Amino acid sequence: MHTIWILTKRELGAFFDSLIAYVMLILFLGISGLFTWLYGTDVFLIGQASLGAFFSIAYWTLFFFIPALTMRLLAEEVRSGTIELLLTRAVTDREVVIGKFLSTFILITVALAFTIPYVITIGSIGNLDVGAVICGYLGLLLMSGAYISIGMWASSITRNQIVAYLSALFIGIFFHLLFGMLASSFTGFMGQLFNSLSMREHFDSISRGVLDSGDLVYFLSLVVLGLFLSEVSLARRNINV
Amino acid sequence: MDIRIENLTKKYGGQRAVDQISFEVKTGEIVGFLGPNGAGKTTTMRMITSFITPTEGSISIGGKLLEDHADEIKKHIGYLPENNPLYPDIPVIDYLEYVAGLQGIPKDEIFPRVIEMIRITGLNPEKHKKIGELSKGFRQRVGLAQAMIHDPEILLMDEPTSGLDPNQIVEIRQLIRELGRHKTVILSTHILPEVEATCDRILIINRGKIVADGTSELLRKQASGAEILRVRIEDGEPNAIFKALQGLASTSQVGFVDGQKDRFEIQCHAGSNAAREVFQLCVQQKWILTEMIPFETKLEDIFRKLTTN
Repeated sequence: MHTIWILTKRELGAFFDSLIAYVMLILFLGISGLFTWLYGTDVFLIGQASLGAFFSIAYWTLFFFIPALTMRLLAEEVRSGTIELLLTRAVTDREVVIGKFLSTFILITVALAFTIPYVITIGSIGNLDVGAVICGYLGLLLMSGAYISIGMWASSITRNQIVAYLSALFIGIFFHLLFGMLASSFTGFMGQLFNSLSMREHFDSISRGVLDSGDLVYFLSLVVLGLFLSEVSLARRNINV
Repeated sequence: MDIRIENLTKKYGGQRAVDQISFEVKTGEIVGFLGPNGAGKTTTMRMITSFITPTEGSISIGGKLLEDHADEIKKHIGYLPENNPLYPDIPVIDYLEYVAGLQGIPKDEIFPRVIEMIRITGLNPEKHKKIGELSKGFRQRVGLAQAMIHDPEILLMDEPTSGLDPNQIVEIRQLIRELGRHKTVILSTHILPEVEATCDRILIINRGKIVADGTSELLRKQASGAEILRVRIEDGEPNAIFKALQGLASTSQVGFVDGQKDRFEIQCHAGSNAAREVFQLCVQQKWILTEMIPFETKLEDIFRKLTTN
């Protein structure tokens, strides 16, 4: 466990050393701020004391930003050869994967934490449903976890960061949008199947304030699947260098 | 800790990168791993460090099988891979602290150990620089530092002096010798003088198989027993000198050197040295002996013989 924490700290440090973290935070907060307060369906247009505007925009900004964070996690290590040193140290492949996952997750949590002022502001000018807000953030965190996991797997199957980014987006768009669209065109069993795979469905469900076990299973399954597949990718080196 | 390799094989598709090799490295030995590019040196090292798993065969370190005890054994191995991969954006001292933590050094020992390592490897003036800003020589030192920071009993170095200038090579070699004392070291390289300078034993590998295993003297003896003597004899008639040299008991062959009239190359019979006889011959005939240079069979030649076929 301690080893995982050391890996996590290092990876977080790497995000900040390479300035990726700063750029991402500024962009995320900038775009979130713009669309929550100033433009489009902002809070003042909606006229209600809720953070719905923020959650809606974050639903998409995180979708595009997370693969940008995860694309270098494993692809860069393989490309530069540092993976050879990392995996020959007194750590397991699993610890490496989990450590890198946690570091990105912490970074997203920090980004979301910086939006707490939004909550405080709206809370002070209206009657805020705190439960809904908490559930909204929870939904974003769970969604982030799933996409970080998918993004890491995409990073583990290639040396090229651009390919990693695009693959993660490609896979992500199915969950984020396409399954939802397919669900509305089908009825019966197929409709239900696509519904259960759709990120929109589960995210909205949590944002409504209902913590359903089905939703939790969905998110956690994606997280575990992505981590597992990443670990499998690392094991490929035993077949072909 | 000793290393025992038995029938180690690694196949990639149909190709055998490493083909049934077996050897032993005793505790405290420094073994040089020689071979042409593509011979299987790096693959073998990667299997010992447990980066890749063998197709067949076994590796035992300190008496324990690597495949069963990998997590434990890795703590005792320090590895400097080919091309010394490092992270460019992190300062030297932070990187070494990270490695120290990862390798299981207790928290309160990390900082003193890092400082000590930085001092030994001469990185003190550079310790706050990002690794990407360092010159190749200093980066190699960082590589050595990270390999040794947890004071491992086994050290594996894949071409540790590649790409360094002659001064840096001497420095790194000295560092290896100092730090490698009392450790089991496997050093892979192309540079033959390096092997002779630093290693107790030499393993030559070609096309995945071991073609030589022994000390450099042993290998020389096995390769050819003949000593070559180059002499320069003046004040005599070249053909007469030639005939006289041939007539000596310990010479098997005589030849002129590069068409020069007073320089001769004498091949001695195995096990004998013609030096004394040549000297006495010159005294007898009143010839002046101005040069006598012994030529040992060069390691380069042994290497070439064993690896080109």
